[in-house]
Amino acid sequence: MAQPKIKVEQLNLHYGENHALHDIRLDVGENTVTALIGPSGCGKSTFLRTLNRMNDLIENVKISGSIRIDGQNIYAPDADVVSLRKRVGMVFQRPNPFPMSIYDNIAYGPRIHGIRKKAVLNEIIERSLQQAALWDEVKDRLHKSALGLSGGQQQRLCIARLLAVEPDVLLMDEPTSALDPISTLKVEELTRQLKEKYTIIIVTHNMQQAARISDVTAFFLNGYLVESDRTDKMFTTPKDQRTEDYITGRFG
Amino acid sequence: MRMSRLTDRLATCFFWLAGCLIVLLLGWFLFKIMVEGLPQFSWHFLFGKPEEILAGGGVGPQLFNSFYILFLSLLFSLPIGVGAGIYLAVYAKTNRFTGLIRISVEALSSVPSIVFGLFGALLFVNWMHMKFSILGGSATLALLNLPVLVRVTELAMRAVPVSYWEASLALGSTRWQAIRRAMLPSALPGLITGVTLTAGRALGESAILIYTSGLSVSRHFPDFNPLAMGETLSVHLWYVQAAAVVPDARQIAQGSAALLVIVVLIFNLAIALPCRMLQKRLTGGK
Amino acid sequence: MTNQTQWSRTQKRKESLMRLLFTGSASLVSLVIFSLILFVGYQGVQTFRNIPAGEFFLSTDWTPSQNRFGALPFLCSTFLLTLLSVALAVPLALSGAVFLAKIAPRAVREMLRPAIDLFVGIPSVVYGLIGMTVLVPLLAKLFPGTVGYGILPAALILAVMILPTILSVSEDAIRSLPQRLEEASLALGATRWQTIRRVLIPAAAPGILTGIILGMGRAIGETMAVYMVIGNSPQMPKSLLDSTTVLTTAIVKDMPSTFYGTAWNNALYLMALVLLFISLLLILIIRMAAKRSELS
Repeated sequence: MAQPKIKVEQLNLHYGENHALHDIRLDVGENTVTALIGPSGCGKSTFLRTLNRMNDLIENVKISGSIRIDGQNIYAPDADVVSLRKRVGMVFQRPNPFPMSIYDNIAYGPRIHGIRKKAVLNEIIERSLQQAALWDEVKDRLHKSALGLSGGQQQRLCIARLLAVEPDVLLMDEPTSALDPISTLKVEELTRQLKEKYTIIIVTHNMQQAARISDVTAFFLNGYLVESDRTDKMFTTPKDQRTEDYITGRFG
Repeated sequence: MRMSRLTDRLATCFFWLAGCLIVLLLGWFLFKIMVEGLPQFSWHFLFGKPEEILAGGGVGPQLFNSFYILFLSLLFSLPIGVGAGIYLAVYAKTNRFTGLIRISVEALSSVPSIVFGLFGALLFVNWMHMKFSILGGSATLALLNLPVLVRVTELAMRAVPVSYWEASLALGSTRWQAIRRAMLPSALPGLITGVTLTAGRALGESAILIYTSGLSVSRHFPDFNPLAMGETLSVHLWYVQAAAVVPDARQIAQGSAALLVIVVLIFNLAIALPCRMLQKRLTGGK
Repeated sequence: MTNQTQWSRTQKRKESLMRLLFTGSASLVSLVIFSLILFVGYQGVQTFRNIPAGEFFLSTDWTPSQNRFGALPFLCSTFLLTLLSVALAVPLALSGAVFLAKIAPRAVREMLRPAIDLFVGIPSVVYGLIGMTVLVPLLAKLFPGTVGYGILPAALILAVMILPTILSVSEDAIRSLPQRLEEASLALGATRWQTIRRVLIPAAAPGILTGIILGMGRAIGETMAVYMVIGNSPQMPKSLLDSTTVLTTAIVKDMPSTFYGTAWNNALYLMALVLLFISLLLILIIRMAAKRSELS
């Protein structure tokens, strides 16, 4: 098999005294959707945030081990965090558009990376909104405030905003948990389409969602990665008893 | 059971009375200042030069100096105060250095203004041989503004939703880019409100300025030379009542008092209030 | 894409620069307070070269022309004035705070609170003027035989000045109490007044105390308004309507007559140092009280 896009080895994370992630080992293939499932507080969001080093924002965090993306360890001492976050983008649980126009929201990323020409920006914005399946809905109100959109539209806007910086990897932290069922389906459909160009890792509370959209599923429990496997195998014949208990709803 | 209901009614009456008393007290104050001071207003009073011995002096130069010194002091204190506030809101970790900064800000905010005045006199007038000057006064006034600006900036920055910060960083921005593009625009109304309130307070300061910018005004009007002597309106009010010989000292003082109050009111109402409403709209709703 | 890496490099350099500037600003603030304490302290301590500490703090004879610098009258009057003004302000301020927080209808509060906050911004010389033109003659009339100047008018004026401070901090403290405290008391059948008296005020006590201490700090440091009504004789007051001087007004009054470097001038700096220490002490008390209420 070719080099995995993301290779996580011996990853340990401590919040001060609290040992939050234990010896995580995971390979993520290119152009796949990997779902991270597990009960509340099991560390899946924490793990997701290690992939774009958003955990650096928290004080007293210690990380050991390595995460290689395209072969390079992102936790090397001389690693460039800013360009990492450009390559590895994140969608948050609650949509968080800036209090600006739709145009300015999407242009934000390109602008901070130095793109200023209007023509180029216009093109990027249209392309990103098309990819996020939002273009038709907002093309006539690009300069209106993004806060006027519905929840589902705002989340797709956040996805478009992130696509505008041309990442390789998309991290999604429970992106539909704050949305209504119809918007949820739209975002799931979007995820399936995006898989063709991007590598996607999605944290979800909803096992049916994981079963619907992911190729690989990883089950977390108490900071340990219990098992990970192809989704269809995971949900029919899990190897670990704890996985089976969680999937069948005995706990969590 | 009856007794407690009776005391409750009495207590409610008492508190209403207290509220009314406070309103009456403060209202009477305002009324008295305006009633005595507004009749003094005339073009000559507001913009004319003061008299040393004769009646009929104006407060033009002092009014000018008040604003000039305020402007200069904000020029000195805004960059440092806002910078320190941003440091505390964004960059500071929980360590001893941050603790030191915080206690310094609190300590600085508790210093009585006369002590600032003495420090300014020591540093600028004596050690740096500046003599009484607008510059010395502004620099000392800047010290008074500093802790308030730090606090106001930090609060305004912290009021901005964390999600903007996270979203910006997740898109690959540096911290400064996130501050400049995502946070400061939202924090601006709160910042402006705070700066306006600081300005209002600074305009009324006198103890700080008596021994740093002095008790007289330059002969030219308006004089932009920062090394000129710069008596401000508040200082003039005090001086006129304490030591001046002009026969209409009382009237000049009353007019100055009304003028000061009006300026402070204008600052608060015209600028701070709309900003507060703008802020509510930016962070609260759509 | 070398353009991209060049851009990133510029951004990183900007980031380092701005970070340095912000850290520098914060350090500068610390530098200011330390140099203030140091310089004022240095100048003040020079006094002890010519005048023994005992004389400064314990003698009541302040005659600079004869080289006698007993500052006890100032210390006593400061103490008395502060106590009296706080005693006058707190009952009304606290009642007002309770009124606004719990009794007044929303519309009244929305109007009153900003109005009261506004008064914190009124210059002290304006308060002093009213004190001088209205209060002093009134007191002279009410108490024949006196001129109307003294600690009493000063305390009255100061009380009005610190009222908004104490009121707003106390009101914030009461409003920030969790709703369940009030609900629990009312659900047991207590009246509103009983709830306020037995549950809310004790629970808000740390915040209220902070407000009082802040008001106290303002009263101690107030100069101009006090100067205009207190009489300014450097003597121990024999009554509340006897002309006297406090630390702040002593400094303002004597400063023009002194020369830099003389004992008289240094004594004024020593008084400023005392004021500084008192203010810093009050801040420490507030911090300790805050820490204790956090722990409990």
